[in-house]
Amino acid sequence: MAQRWGLPIVAWPSRLRPSFWDMVALPLVIGAIMLFAWSSQQMNVPFHPGETLKISLDPSHLPEYALRTVMRMAVALAASLVFSIGYAAAAAKSKRAEKLLIPVLDILQSVPILGFLSITVTGFIALFPGRLLGYECAAIFAIFTSQAWNMTFSLYQSFIAVPRDLREAARMYHLSPWHGFWQLEMPFALPNLVWNMMMSVSGGWFFVVASEAITVNGDSVLLPGIGSYISVAIDNRDLHAVGYAIIAMLVLILIYDQLLFRPLLAWVQRFKVEEISSDEIEPPWFLVMLQRARLFHGLAWLLDLSARMSSRFIQKMPRLPERAPRRAVRPAILDRLWTTVLVIGAAIAFIKVLAFIHAEVGWAETGHVVVLGAITLLRVIVLIVLAALLWVPVGVWIGLRPRLARHVQPVIQFLAAFPANLFFPIAVFAIVKYQLNDEIWLSPLMILGTQWYILFNVIAGTLSLPTDYQLVAGNLGVKRWLWWKRLVLPGIFPAFVTGAVTASGGSWNASIVAEVVKWGPTTLHATGIGAYIADQTEQGDFPRIALGITVLCLYVLLFNRLLWRRLYQLAEERLRLD
Amino acid sequence: MPTDTSLTAAAGTTTLIEAKSVCKTYATGDTAGRLVLDHIDFALKEGEIVAILGKSGSGKSTFLRVLAGLTVPSAGGVTYRGHAVDGPAEGIAMVFQTFALFPWLTVLGNVELGLEAQGVPRGERRERAVKAIDLIGLDGFESAYPKELSGGMRQRVGFARALVVNPDVLLLDEPFSALDVLTAETLCGDILDLWLEHRVPTKGIILVSHNIEEAVLLADRIIIFGSDPGCIRAELPVSLPRPRSQTSPAFRRIVDEVYALLTTRTGSAASPRGGRTETIGLGYRLPDASIQQLVGLLEALAQPPYEGRADLPKLAESEHLSTEQLVLLVETLQLLGFAQAGGGDIEVLPPGREFAAADLLRRKQIFADSLRRTVPLAAHIRHVLDERPGHSAPEGRFLAELEDYLNEEEAAKVLETVINWGRYAELFAYDYDSGVLSLENP
Repeated sequence: MAQRWGLPIVAWPSRLRPSFWDMVALPLVIGAIMLFAWSSQQMNVPFHPGETLKISLDPSHLPEYALRTVMRMAVALAASLVFSIGYAAAAAKSKRAEKLLIPVLDILQSVPILGFLSITVTGFIALFPGRLLGYECAAIFAIFTSQAWNMTFSLYQSFIAVPRDLREAARMYHLSPWHGFWQLEMPFALPNLVWNMMMSVSGGWFFVVASEAITVNGDSVLLPGIGSYISVAIDNRDLHAVGYAIIAMLVLILIYDQLLFRPLLAWVQRFKVEEISSDEIEPPWFLVMLQRARLFHGLAWLLDLSARMSSRFIQKMPRLPERAPRRAVRPAILDRLWTTVLVIGAAIAFIKVLAFIHAEVGWAETGHVVVLGAITLLRVIVLIVLAALLWVPVGVWIGLRPRLARHVQPVIQFLAAFPANLFFPIAVFAIVKYQLNDEIWLSPLMILGTQWYILFNVIAGTLSLPTDYQLVAGNLGVKRWLWWKRLVLPGIFPAFVTGAVTASGGSWNASIVAEVVKWGPTTLHATGIGAYIADQTEQGDFPRIALGITVLCLYVLLFNRLLWRRLYQLAEERLRLD
Repeated sequence: MPTDTSLTAAAGTTTLIEAKSVCKTYATGDTAGRLVLDHIDFALKEGEIVAILGKSGSGKSTFLRVLAGLTVPSAGGVTYRGHAVDGPAEGIAMVFQTFALFPWLTVLGNVELGLEAQGVPRGERRERAVKAIDLIGLDGFESAYPKELSGGMRQRVGFARALVVNPDVLLLDEPFSALDVLTAETLCGDILDLWLEHRVPTKGIILVSHNIEEAVLLADRIIIFGSDPGCIRAELPVSLPRPRSQTSPAFRRIVDEVYALLTTRTGSAASPRGGRTETIGLGYRLPDASIQQLVGLLEALAQPPYEGRADLPKLAESEHLSTEQLVLLVETLQLLGFAQAGGGDIEVLPPGREFAAADLLRRKQIFADSLRRTVPLAAHIRHVLDERPGHSAPEGRFLAELEDYLNEEEAAKVLETVINWGRYAELFAYDYDSGVLSLENP
């Protein structure tokens, strides 16, 4: 796959003499390989349920824990990548698969990620009995679910948006479907995919921290990592340790940003189809190293060689006779049959779920859970409104000052990536100390991490407002409220909606960890569906967890359909600037 | 008329591509679908360049894609050197209007693409690609990305990519229309030189274009497509000697002839005054001409030097209009009964004269009258709105009616055009937010 878009394209063996950058590159590569080997070995140590893994609060252990956390993240990211390529390709290539896969993906996106953990962990443990690997897999799976759906959607949308003329050119010059996939569809999708990966990883840190402390049937297992470190710190009421964890996390995010995403983002610029690149990105130092160090030229050359070998191998395979898609030949009856199968399957599943809830939980409790959901819904709405009232003016103020905005944007991106749950102990500490109301003061925790998306998008929206509009407004003497009503608010509306959708989705997810918060022996408890799920998870009551997740999922789906999607359409149709 | 004997001799008897009664139907709301290509018979002989001209939407690009094997015809078939075409055939290469270069590949990478797909070994691939790049005059740009190049350079890459596979037949889909005039002429001349000097092994070229001069300059034969449904309306051999001079009387005569063929409305050629009474159907694909341009053209025509009558090629030149634009405007003026075209000339009719002389309000009245008389869709919308108690109707209603004749996209475009005209004429009003047509004007 790396053959055309592998790192440095022209890599000749004769040019492989070492350069200055090799001095930096060599230790990095060897170090990375050794770390990878060590931590994958650690993941597979023997382990039996009931044992406890000792987590030490000594900061000297933090690098090790941080590394384990990073490994989980990396494995989850790789798995998400593989999954999303396969899933999106299937959905984009086959009309029948698309009918099932896309709605399923849409629902998966709204399932609260932390709910997955308690449900899947037993399966993974059974898969690797007597090993820690089962627990590791469960944690990784939770991170995976926070990343994969997003990335898959992005890929799918790119795949179906490949320009027709490029497709025709690929067919005209006889690229095989395999060849065409790697030469046309993947490169075309790459810029969006990388951007989405970065956003997904940002969101993922939150779940890494949340998923390292796993509860199975009342037993809790702490996987070595920053998340476990902080949960032990909470149990011991150790504010210093919380501080160390925050610093360690900061360093981790910086490393991911500098070593992975900055270089990737700069590198994928070349895959963009549009003519003009709006802002020239300065090549990040790590990319410069990759491109200059001969070591990487050598690696790229090897990759290229293996890609060529494999493509030669694929070419030798008997080729299917190439032919244009014949629409008429596709039997409509099969399509109808397939739709019927899908509908019947969905109906059966629905009835099963109803029967299950009725038998295990009862309707009275179901009603109660729906009410809890409504309470959380209220919280989400109030929080988004408050966040908008706060961040829209701030964002516009920053956005009107492009020089300032350029410095502020990376900081906000960083804040969005920072797992807000690390700050929860501090908030709880304050609530307990000043004896504040749990119901009210726990709520802001839900939006702590996701409010930044609103700010970020409002700034971007303001930046993209043409200066001409502002000049016209000034020229006509449009001021104060009229200035907001006629110029700024309509102008930034599409960007605001994008930010608010992300923020609200994140808040729903965060409700599971934000509505019940601990500090040593003290537990603060707010009423809501998040707290319900968290409590049932603690007790390992599977049917009630399932009920909670289902109801939460329905709320998210309805909220998205009834509110956000409409606002989005409004923004798309009427307020797009171009 | 002297002819270049070597070339006419080369246009021999071997048939490269042959299309036999090709039809293409696209699905519409109606079960029958919309016919875009109607029984087209066509043959490309060895050694000739054939240009296909037609106004936009006449199906000429679709036909080229059928020949390329990119689109499957609904009926009829295509053969290439006697073999049925059921997918892109080896030996046929295509150059695209939008260049269709892969932005992530360098010039060299783009040119090598077709060879790579054929499994040509790396060394040979590189050698052939470099040769093609030199041939097309791009040496020095091998490692550039398409983004770094100007439009003309990019299309050169498009040609190099096509020529490197040594195509037997070259299909050109409006290859010069995205370029400015000067660049287009240079590139066009370079391609013609390659062909005339036999520096490429290509045996036949089909060019789809809407630029008449370009077609007359290049082609040995011009095919003119009529629209609704797309069909071959006329065929015109061009036997001018090469190199052809664009200013020679013989060249101008052919350009005039092609203009006449393109702008004369079907069936009305025999009766010069027939254009006014000729009726179109409800589902007629209205040309999406802008009111401003229509008004501008009518005003220009009414004034000296034209005084109500003009030669179309000259008009295009002096008013800075492309052939495509002019053909569209002329069609609309004829449709509305404002003008009459024939023999490569346009003549303003009395309603058109009155329109040009009138003030703003009177113009709107004339336009409205003409719209109700000549465009059934406009009359129909007005009629429905008059009849309805609230004098309003959702656009969806009319879209659904149009979709009996047209596909979704075209129906929307036609409705948009008629709404534009109707708004100008103040025949009816339209509210974008609610999508409602009504008689009220805010």
